[in-house]
Amino acid sequence: MGASLALLLKGAAVTASVSAAAIALGVPLGLALALIRWRRVPLLSQVTAAYVSLIRATPAITLALLIFFALPTFGVALDPTTAAVLTLTINTSAFNCEIWRSALIDFSRDQLDAAAAFGMRPGVAFRRIIFPQIWRTSLPALVNEMTLLVKASPALAVIGIVDLTRAASRIGAATYKPLPPFIAATVLYVALVLVLVAVQRLVEARVKRRLQAA
Amino acid sequence: MIAGFGIVAAHFREFAAGLANTLWLAGATLVLASVLGCILAALMLSRTRFVRTSIGLFVDAMRCVPFLLLAYLVYYGLPELGIRFDSWSSGLSALAVYHACYVAEIVRGAWSHLPREQIEAGRAYGFSGYALFRRVVLPQLFFAAAPLIGNQTVYIIKDTAFLMIITVPELTFVASSIQATYFVPFASFMFAMALYWIVTLVVEASVRRIEAAAETRRAG
Repeated sequence: MGASLALLLKGAAVTASVSAAAIALGVPLGLALALIRWRRVPLLSQVTAAYVSLIRATPAITLALLIFFALPTFGVALDPTTAAVLTLTINTSAFNCEIWRSALIDFSRDQLDAAAAFGMRPGVAFRRIIFPQIWRTSLPALVNEMTLLVKASPALAVIGIVDLTRAASRIGAATYKPLPPFIAATVLYVALVLVLVAVQRLVEARVKRRLQAA
Repeated sequence: MIAGFGIVAAHFREFAAGLANTLWLAGATLVLASVLGCILAALMLSRTRFVRTSIGLFVDAMRCVPFLLLAYLVYYGLPELGIRFDSWSSGLSALAVYHACYVAEIVRGAWSHLPREQIEAGRAYGFSGYALFRRVVLPQLFFAAAPLIGNQTVYIIKDTAFLMIITVPELTFVASSIQATYFVPFASFMFAMALYWIVTLVVEASVRRIEAAAETRRAG
């Protein structure tokens, strides 16, 4: 019982840390990709569009297998954890690109014109005008994508990562009682999702207070 | 690398069979999940509070867990209770139950946003019972839910890949076994990804057509 619980919690920690690393890398990467498409950088913009479309259509499990088995044939040796973070980062960056891009497309033309009229360079306008607004409008969709990322993470089992789902199935196989670890894993997944939603609510409440104070 | 694609081309039939299995699984799941999802949605709108809350809780829990967790439970768990499934049936039933919960939430959302006035107008024109549902409610429900169910179809296709873990010979399973035999990981998985890509683009194009049809209907 104690050993099972320890294995399950360790699996939950693996799921949480691998997902957190992919979020930390994938959200900014998605923004960079969205900016490439928004600014219509020649060639790069078309390549990004194809990348996003392809990755969004690819199951995480297929992507994990490709990265883990194909990269070493190009001379890039990867340990499973690095391959896992890379897989989830690539996966989530494509979805995050679409979220950031729709926020950029919806961004008010008037404000951009005003910034240009005041002589702001595009970089400054992005930092001081655009970004402070789009991250707030994108937050709910980004958090939603984070929960989808957590749910895609069991795909990493194929490259030997023992995450929460794998841990639960191992305990079930060892004890011949699959239902209790399944229910425990469900509770832990719900907890992970609730943490993400709670952080979102917290940030939203903070922003609201700051805007009211200003 | 070029040689790798040659080997993949030589095994095109295996890939085609894997793709056919993926499409069959996704299609069967879409049908089963739609039927089951509508039943769940109806139960979520039930007048009995116990039914409403317990089904709601089940649907919410399913939407929080990864698909693979449920697939493991059905494949390894049910035999412990004396219910024995092969990998196909357990894979398909796990897919159907899991995605039915998402469909249920989509249908419930579409239902609760349905304009009540139209139903009342339908009643005023003498529609009732099945005719009211078939002529007034169902078309609007379909066009409101179809784009979201189209998106869900993309998730269904991607979730079929998880079934390789329980040895269902779908597309990723085939790609993985070809790569294991000939050691051509790049060509094998890239080819599988290209096939997933084509299927997804077709689904997305169909969704856009349904959306366009809904627009003309509303305009006309």
